[in-house]
Amino acid sequence: MSAALLIDILLWGSVLGVGLIAFRRGPPVFKASLREGAMDFINIVPRIALGVIGSGYIAAIIPQEVITGWLGPDSGWLGVATAVVAGAATPGGPVVGFSIGTVALKSGGGVPQVVAYVVAWALFAFQRVILWEIPFMPARFVWFRCAVSVPFPFVAAAVAMVIGKP
Amino acid sequence: MSEPSPNTPAPAEDSEPRPGRVRKPIGWSTIIIAVLVAVSAGLVWRRDGTDGVLDILTHDLSLFSGILPRVLAGCLLGAFISEILPHEKVSRSLGPKSGLMGLLIGTAFGAILPGGPFTAYPVASALLAVGADFGATIAMVVSWTLIGYGRAVAWEIPIMGTDFTLWRIVISLPLPVLAGALGRFVYVRMYPKPAIKDDET
Repeated sequence: MSAALLIDILLWGSVLGVGLIAFRRGPPVFKASLREGAMDFINIVPRIALGVIGSGYIAAIIPQEVITGWLGPDSGWLGVATAVVAGAATPGGPVVGFSIGTVALKSGGGVPQVVAYVVAWALFAFQRVILWEIPFMPARFVWFRCAVSVPFPFVAAAVAMVIGKP
Repeated sequence: MSEPSPNTPAPAEDSEPRPGRVRKPIGWSTIIIAVLVAVSAGLVWRRDGTDGVLDILTHDLSLFSGILPRVLAGCLLGAFISEILPHEKVSRSLGPKSGLMGLLIGTAFGAILPGGPFTAYPVASALLAVGADFGATIAMVVSWTLIGYGRAVAWEIPIMGTDFTLWRIVISLPLPVLAGALGRFVYVRMYPKPAIKDDET
């Protein structure tokens, strides 16, 4: 069974599960949430469309080699800072992000820098923020969440420097 | 679901059925993204011509149609959850006064949440709507992205290896709680009374 199919089964299974709970609270509750969900969907579709189509163009003007180059030789805190920017600017999904991390590790990038890169990618990767987080969450929450997350790739790199390699 | 309602973290005051949340279709975020997209598309056009622009468009349109059912599922999930969760219980265990426990609950919830971004963000948004505060919700989102097992199992372990992944997750373990605590600390200072400011930046 493919991973995508498994995810879809899990996803629609959860929808069915919570839908059933709502239905047992009575048809009005069920109908109200169904209407609310449908309205959310209608409202979100244009943003998702802008996000999907738009991030394709943004990704197309950021060559992967640039990102890989940023993760290169610079060790120390400057290297960590570049790694954080690189993580946020990495286009594409998890395959691209983790592959760049692996390439950096194999080609002599420092472990703390790669950790900072992976953590920054998980926290800030622009495509996920544009495509998923901004359409679904209140915009104020997204900016706030990103702002307070800024220190943490650095914290992770510092911990990696202290405790050493895996 | 998309716009900060002035009383986002405030206790729910709803009757049943819940009044529809206020939505503003176009905010500053959308405008910024649209401008970025237009500039990028222009650069692609200059570099690759009309064909380049159309290539990306067709590819992304097929991606978009593939994503849509999941987006619908995510929206329904969020709507059902915000309808069936007991609001007073949520604001007690995840609200502004929930303390370290609330951050830990948010972290645990984010770590075990199945699915991808199409479940995590609608669910987080639903929590926010029924009384969780920014701190606990930040802990949940950060935990989902940093220590959630879904992406680690599907992508990180196969590509980066088990050793690196587990080690990276161990380093990341305290981060969701710290991010949530920092979020709460900053939030009460930026918005001393809930609902003072509701513009989106």
